[in-house]
Amino acid sequence: MDVSITVNGEKVSREIEPRQLLVHYIRETPGLTGTHWGCDTSNCGACVVLMDGAPVKSCTILAAMCEGHEIRTVEALEVDGRLDPVQMGFHERHALQCGFCTPGMLMTARALLDENPDPTEQEIRTAISGAICRCTGYKNIVSAVRWAAEYEAAAKQEVRA
Amino acid sequence: MTVVENLPSATTERPIGFGRLKRKEDARFIRGKGTYLDDIRLPGMVHGAILRSPYAHARIVSIDTSRALAHPNVAAVVTAKDLETLGLAWMPTISYDTQAVLAGDKVRFQGQEVAFVIATDEYSANDALQLIDVEYEPLPAIVNARKALDPDAPLIRDDKAGQRDNLASPTWEAGDQAATDRAFAEADTVVTRDIIYPRCHPAPLETCGMIADFNPETGQLDIYNGNQAPHAHRTVYAHVAGLAEHMIRIRCSDIGGGFGNKVPVYPGYVCAIAGSIVAGVPVKWVENRSENLMSTGFARDYVMHSEMCAKNGKITGLRVNVIADHGAFDSTAQPTKFPAGFFHIVCGSYDLEASHVQVKAVYTNKAPGGVAYRCSFRITEAVYLVERMVDALALEMKVDPIELRMRSFIAPEQFPYETTTGWTYDSGNYAETMRVAMDIAGYEELRREQAEKRARGELMGIGVSFFTEGVGAGPRKHMDILGLAMNDGADLRVHPSGKAVVSISAQTQGQGHETTFAQIVAEELGIPPEDVEVRHGDTDRSPYGLGTYGSRSTPVSGAAVAVVSRKVRDKARLIAGTMLEARPEDLAWEKGRWYVKGDPEKGAMIEEIAVRAYSGEPMPAGMEGGLDAQVIYDPPNLTYPYGAYIAVVDIDPDTGHVTVRRFIAVDDCGVRINPMIVDGQIHGGLAEGIGIALMEVITFDEEGNCLNSSFMDYLIPTALECPDFELGETVTPCPHHPLGAKGVGESPNVGSPPAIVNAVIDALHQTHGVDHIDMPCTPARVWAAMQGRAAPPQ
Repeated sequence: MDVSITVNGEKVSREIEPRQLLVHYIRETPGLTGTHWGCDTSNCGACVVLMDGAPVKSCTILAAMCEGHEIRTVEALEVDGRLDPVQMGFHERHALQCGFCTPGMLMTARALLDENPDPTEQEIRTAISGAICRCTGYKNIVSAVRWAAEYEAAAKQEVRA
Repeated sequence: MTVVENLPSATTERPIGFGRLKRKEDARFIRGKGTYLDDIRLPGMVHGAILRSPYAHARIVSIDTSRALAHPNVAAVVTAKDLETLGLAWMPTISYDTQAVLAGDKVRFQGQEVAFVIATDEYSANDALQLIDVEYEPLPAIVNARKALDPDAPLIRDDKAGQRDNLASPTWEAGDQAATDRAFAEADTVVTRDIIYPRCHPAPLETCGMIADFNPETGQLDIYNGNQAPHAHRTVYAHVAGLAEHMIRIRCSDIGGGFGNKVPVYPGYVCAIAGSIVAGVPVKWVENRSENLMSTGFARDYVMHSEMCAKNGKITGLRVNVIADHGAFDSTAQPTKFPAGFFHIVCGSYDLEASHVQVKAVYTNKAPGGVAYRCSFRITEAVYLVERMVDALALEMKVDPIELRMRSFIAPEQFPYETTTGWTYDSGNYAETMRVAMDIAGYEELRREQAEKRARGELMGIGVSFFTEGVGAGPRKHMDILGLAMNDGADLRVHPSGKAVVSISAQTQGQGHETTFAQIVAEELGIPPEDVEVRHGDTDRSPYGLGTYGSRSTPVSGAAVAVVSRKVRDKARLIAGTMLEARPEDLAWEKGRWYVKGDPEKGAMIEEIAVRAYSGEPMPAGMEGGLDAQVIYDPPNLTYPYGAYIAVVDIDPDTGHVTVRRFIAVDDCGVRINPMIVDGQIHGGLAEGIGIALMEVITFDEEGNCLNSSFMDYLIPTALECPDFELGETVTPCPHHPLGAKGVGESPNVGSPPAIVNAVIDALHQTHGVDHIDMPCTPARVWAAMQGRAAPPQ
């Protein structure tokens, strides 16, 4: 079947197998391998992307269901050479080690801050609880998301001033 | 020196070299630009998938691949028969056992590899698996190690000539049995416990896989495979496949976690290689999560019976009998001379009179292993045992568990200390580290809080553990794996511009080697770490060495990098002597520069020396040009990091649910090269330890069906189960490591489970009479223990 999906602002059209998972589509069709696969059961969150702005596990969605929708992946976080604050926060606070969960964590964090720009520690922990990290013990991820929230708040302040 | 986390560490004061340097490798990972195995695509590449056994034990009557071969997208189906013609049906394990690559005669565990399909795409390969018809004749299965040696137990390894029972290897022992008997005879208190360290799994977020690309014209085999020991793997493939070692190249690229799971060679790897040889094109095989959990290296599975004794208020002796469950093939990862790994470090951090350890290894119809899940060769099992036993003894003696530890610790002046099982601990001040942990925890206050809560019917527990690890294997006179000395190489080249490349044999899986090892060169040569490129993960571009596991990167490779840097510095000194027209012994070193003693203005920077080394100017007599060196580092001893951990748990009296409210970890890993990375390692290991203590377990039903074969059933802690870890440190340098470092990656996984289990028992002992519980402390198991009917895990 033919499917047209907008991935990171570019419309991609291709004939696919109806059963193809979105995660495989993203990795194969536009060749964006930043979105990872880590389990078969929607537990690990390595495959989280934004669908029309909302975080979804791309291993749980068929590519065919995304016809006409907008998908945003980790590759789109950096714009014109400027890192997204969540990317900066992860680097600043050592919130990644092997890096495999990082794209899913970043997209989850981005979605959280879009909805709640000033989350508490508990709100951050709840937001990322659908994603597994085997390396960091989450402490620095929580810290990184707070860092990004504060950075964005300061940036907004600056714009106003 | 005592530093609480988030305060600047002493090492941050130095601008170049050691300190909280942010990681170089982050740049690609935060952009989604890492290159993990499944991200690699080669032209003409096809995909492999493995058909696995649904039975734990069954005779294979027939395999019919004709329907699969008729699938339009299938290129080949490989079975044991095909592998036999290539001599690849069986492969050696790292413990000198053999393992079926594809089962021909029998399947011996559920999930065992039976056939390998090669197709144009992954979906078709998996479709074709359904088209292979295998007729099995089921046999009774053994899943309980305690029953494996029963006289009527079915024989699992009938493939081995002369094998009459399910004993995997001769009983192994350490320590002094007679002296231990004496210690027990003279003791005034003895406690006994049956303690199980259940089977669990490292479950790295990226599963295992390989791309094999054999070129029939040149005989070159290119392998892409995230593994923890690429050079050792290459040697194994050379032996197994009969290929020339120098014509095999392994590239590891980025690895999404290992934790021991990516140490062994798996049948899927051999299938991918055989597939590429047969098909003449690159073959990619990536396992799914169930395959990872059901068939690759599990950890632990030790059934332990132990007695500990005390005299005059101090621990004096320990006796341990272990049944080690290796599954269907003994593929335990450990140095050759240590069939039970380093389990005999079980005498822990205590000055005992005597100890005696026996380990019996058995086969069962379970996946083969076991690997060290973020621990140094069975030390996790040893630390868990001794720290549980000390708490049991403290309960019996009605003494505070910290007090009993304090009385029994090896004293600082006793180092180097030879243990009753033959280890020589390098350095330590255990009591100081314990006190730092008590201070951070506010131990006395916690005990008061606990008493108040208990009066209100609330269940709160405080658990302590104190561990000593032996890491950085190891000295070549004692330690090898498959005959390969456990040494590591380093090759350092300083270019004419003063920028440097250091090649190492350690293999990062997320540990931050590209940053840490650059910092070591920077520290030793006085050049900025950003001017040092760390090259690794490619057997064609790095020196031979045994890789990364057992916390050995910093103790072995880190030492190699320090030593090679000093060799370059020594060469630079001679060149500087020529440049400055001074005798080398009249020169002094300061960061990045040799200068004339007494005339500090007169000196040469390392960059200037590098220019000279590659220029047409004369070199010192007899010296070749260039500024480089190489070493193979042979550690004189293991390093012995240690730590004091305190867990505070709350238990819901209505459900048995355990919450780890606080976790205090004070590690002494010697000198810290990058304290930020060290802290990160500790956080990660603590999360895994919480997982093991509370939820991670691989169990089987009586027929040998694996009950935890996905992340729906193999539970891994999320951000909601992990507290905001509280870290502290003491620094007792390793006397024999060139940097004084000891290694840290595995300490938190080793030290945390006993602290949590001790806390659970501490919460329940007074109110519910619980004096023992086996992991994982799930709500159901804790609830059962509270009702007085806790059963050990299967």
